[in-house]
Amino acid sequence: MALDILVVICIGIGLLAIGLGVVGILRFPDVYTRLHAETKMTTLGAIFICLAVILTEGGVYLATKDVGHIILMLHTLLALAALGFTNALSAHAIGRAAYRSGIRPELSVVDRLKEVKSDD
Amino acid sequence: MIRYLLTFICAFCTYLVLTAGSGEIGLWSAFEIGAGVIIALVVAAASTKWFCPSTDYRMANPLRWILLGIYICIPFFLEIIRANIDVAIRIITGNINPGIVKVNPGLKTGFGQLIFASSVTLTPGTLTLEANEKTGAFYIHMLSVPQDMVKKKTVDAADIFSYFKIHEWVRRIAE
Amino acid sequence: MIDIWALVLGLLLLFVVGAMIRLWLGPTSADRAVALDAVNTITVCAIIVFGVAFNETVFVDVAIVYALLSFVGTLWLARYIGGDL
Repeated sequence: MALDILVVICIGIGLLAIGLGVVGILRFPDVYTRLHAETKMTTLGAIFICLAVILTEGGVYLATKDVGHIILMLHTLLALAALGFTNALSAHAIGRAAYRSGIRPELSVVDRLKEVKSDD
Repeated sequence: MIRYLLTFICAFCTYLVLTAGSGEIGLWSAFEIGAGVIIALVVAAASTKWFCPSTDYRMANPLRWILLGIYICIPFFLEIIRANIDVAIRIITGNINPGIVKVNPGLKTGFGQLIFASSVTLTPGTLTLEANEKTGAFYIHMLSVPQDMVKKKTVDAADIFSYFKIHEWVRRIAE
Repeated sequence: MIDIWALVLGLLLLFVVGAMIRLWLGPTSADRAVALDAVNTITVCAIIVFGVAFNETVFVDVAIVYALLSFVGTLWLARYIGGDL
């Protein structure tokens, strides 16, 4: 019973994080700030939803002793690792490409990268 | 040759994790182990060039991988949660002050720079935009730049993280 | 227990629709790439939730492959936006 409550809390945090990330994508003014919202919030949401899945499967395994649930748990962990690693890298790739394509962060108070690019 | 062998071991371990629980020899059946060896040989032949590009074998030490696991589970996870609370508040209130700053943590190896860039992207209001591999400098987009960072040419790496010294951890893991 | 997973799937679908609005509006192609990345991440979560709701390990394997393939797709999109392609 305590495990069910923990699973529901994890699902709640995960859904809240993903929802706020989507709101951030719709609300923020330019590409770079949208990238912040998208990368961090959806990654945290994915981590907590996968945590809920892992806890559920662990509970079912303890009740039924079926090895299939442990395997599902292991694969979820692997999917989570792949997701977390690739999310950070693709955010970096999009940000760099956006800067190279000429989108400047208009709102920013300081831009050290522009000084380097103008030196070249 | 050592590079080929290391890539083969990594590919084979991944295959074993994905097929765990299929038979009686340990956790795996004889067919899965045989197929895994053949597939890992082919994959290693195809991917050695980029998976293990240098002859620098310090990441072959399993102790460093254990340290990486501890780093991800405790300091990195806590920083992620703190960063997300921060970003969530900024999404709701709309109080942002963005800017691009330069950080030089002084990391030399490519793997260390990779971990540092990924950590920066997932932690407090920062996002790696460009990295200079030769000098080890990172150009970081911050969601909210504090007033004292606007004047500085190069920001200290310790200032952008809150509780843990992430760059010290990365140096311990990768260098 | 399947009821709560159905609720989670419904909400994730709602979030995908929300990200699709940015995909449709986005003033630049970089904005659209950001929205597409969000859609991909949410889809991976949804596939994992499907896997646990129907108790099928194969669905989670599909989620791993989808995560890696969407990463490759985003990288090529980024190269196209950055002008290297």
